[in-house]
Amino acid sequence: MKEVIRLEEIHRDFKVGDEVVHALRGVSFTIYSGEFVTIMGTSGSGKSTLLNTLGCLDTPSSGEYYLDGVSVRTMDKNQRAVLRNRKIGFVFQNYNLLPKTTAIENVELPLMYNSDYSASARYSRAVESLKAVGLGDRLLHKSNQMSGGQMQRVAIARALVNDPAVILADEATGNLDTRTSFEILVLFQQLHKEGRTIIFVTHNPEIAYYSSRNITLRDGKVTDDTRNNSILSAAEALARLPKQEE
Amino acid sequence: MNFANLFKIALKALSNNKLRGFLTMLGIIIGVASVITMLAIGQGSKKSIQAEISEMGSNMIMIGPGGDRRGGVQLSADDMESLKLKDLEDIKSQTRYVTYISPAVNSSGQAVYGANNTPTTVYGVDLDYMEIRRYRVSDGDIFSEHDVKTAAKVCLIGKTVADELFPNGDNPVGKVIRFGTIPFRIVGMLESKGYNSMGMDQDDLIIAPYTTVQKRILAITHLQEIICSALSEEYTEQAIDEISGILRVNHKIRAGEDDDFTIRSQQELSSMLTSTTDMMTVLLAAVAGISLLVGGIGIMNIMYVSVTERTREIGLRMSIGAKGRDILAQFLIESILISVTGGLIGVLAGIGAALVVNIVAAFPIYIQPWSVFLSFAVCTVTGIFFGWYPAQKAAMLDPIEAIRYE
Repeated sequence: MKEVIRLEEIHRDFKVGDEVVHALRGVSFTIYSGEFVTIMGTSGSGKSTLLNTLGCLDTPSSGEYYLDGVSVRTMDKNQRAVLRNRKIGFVFQNYNLLPKTTAIENVELPLMYNSDYSASARYSRAVESLKAVGLGDRLLHKSNQMSGGQMQRVAIARALVNDPAVILADEATGNLDTRTSFEILVLFQQLHKEGRTIIFVTHNPEIAYYSSRNITLRDGKVTDDTRNNSILSAAEALARLPKQEE
Repeated sequence: MNFANLFKIALKALSNNKLRGFLTMLGIIIGVASVITMLAIGQGSKKSIQAEISEMGSNMIMIGPGGDRRGGVQLSADDMESLKLKDLEDIKSQTRYVTYISPAVNSSGQAVYGANNTPTTVYGVDLDYMEIRRYRVSDGDIFSEHDVKTAAKVCLIGKTVADELFPNGDNPVGKVIRFGTIPFRIVGMLESKGYNSMGMDQDDLIIAPYTTVQKRILAITHLQEIICSALSEEYTEQAIDEISGILRVNHKIRAGEDDDFTIRSQQELSSMLTSTTDMMTVLLAAVAGISLLVGGIGIMNIMYVSVTERTREIGLRMSIGAKGRDILAQFLIESILISVTGGLIGVLAGIGAALVVNIVAAFPIYIQPWSVFLSFAVCTVTGIFFGWYPAQKAAMLDPIEAIRYE
């Protein structure tokens, strides 16, 4: 299988006043194409720092990080911006949609920063993505007219629009109620089935049942890395949930 | 990232905050409008003062004989007979900067009609004089060239003279009055000019052919004065230089010797008056410029607030691939859009306000095209200048912190 991400002895130190905080202390793992990996950890475990590193928002203090075969460590800010634009799809806990902006415009946004796309190509790609997350009929809804689940779907469509090498989700279900969380998980599992590589960072251990692999982080080190051979179906879990009172 | 996309993004961001955008724009609108209105008013009053001066003949040049010393005796300029008709003809044929030229001789005395009489002055002139002094005939007609050649006893009278001699309102045209002992037939009435800025009544005069005054009243052959007009006010200097050269040759004055004539113009008066209005224009423009500056600071303020408020949006844009310079360009375009749109509206509002001032207050205005271009350019620069720091601040944000900003 093709390597998408390879971390080799990643260290990340922060200077806070006179003290040096070691957020990551030698993290190494490889993620292959088509995996659905959950990265689990309590707060302070270094998972945010790891996510920033994986998302090319931050560079490690030492160690090598290869994204889709390219070394990220030596890249400057602009090169990393281009890399994020082409290779990574972000899904945030608080959706981060542009306010007062339609679903389609929100989804088009990453392609606006890619001059390879013409306006029409951009539009059709965005429509495709929105259809893929089940919002084909809500193209012109504005972000403030949508529910949390719909907003997160738009955010996922935005992450898909540039056909990224990896989708990075940061507590993507953290702001949603149980039912909507499962709906989003169903969507992630569906994307996984389609062959997408997904990294889902969370502190909710339950989500690990629905992913294909779980990496646990503690005090800046990987303490556990297990493959999940009996992936639960989020769709079934959703069906078992008690019906909501309308 | 191409420019069209950035432009679209900036436009979208502005349209999300229409009221705020408009209020920010208002500072620029008021600034630009006041610059344009103030300059229009300043330039308008300058133009109207210039027009008043030129009504008096701002390009008028007066050539008179100078005083001289003969055998140690200082002679009065009035006694000199050095200006001849030949001088006039040479000036007429040799200078390039003179449009109209007329000899002038005058005599003061009593004008009489029936039982009425008034002290006045008769000016003996050529037809050009009317153009130089901007006299117009309100009734009747001016005397002809033939009248000048034949020293005909015809004249035009000013309103003051007419009021004195014809108190019961008879039409003076065609009547014969006496000046001293000489009878003159009135061929026309001069349009009233009122008092000039020196307080002289410009209607208290009689105008007759110079030949008539020379031969029949004064019995002289020389000219007391030559009056001419330069092409326009700006050419007065050159005209004076040329005239002086011609007269020095005619009068055989060697280099180093003093002129035996004097040349005066109205330029000093006009430059004094226009410098006053120029000063006023500068002051008005300075006040207006300050309001434009305040408008620019308003843009800067709002852009700073906007950057802070949209920190998360900036973080998101960066995390999905916007480079620092994309963010910089976006905010810069936003502030330029605000200032340029404000500038456009301001130009229209300024022109409108100037027209309202003109119509309502009957104040003279003049809208100079350069003032429109200048204020437009200034507000574009304002947009770039005051938008730069906030945009720079936005571009320097760390995406990791920006995306989690609450």
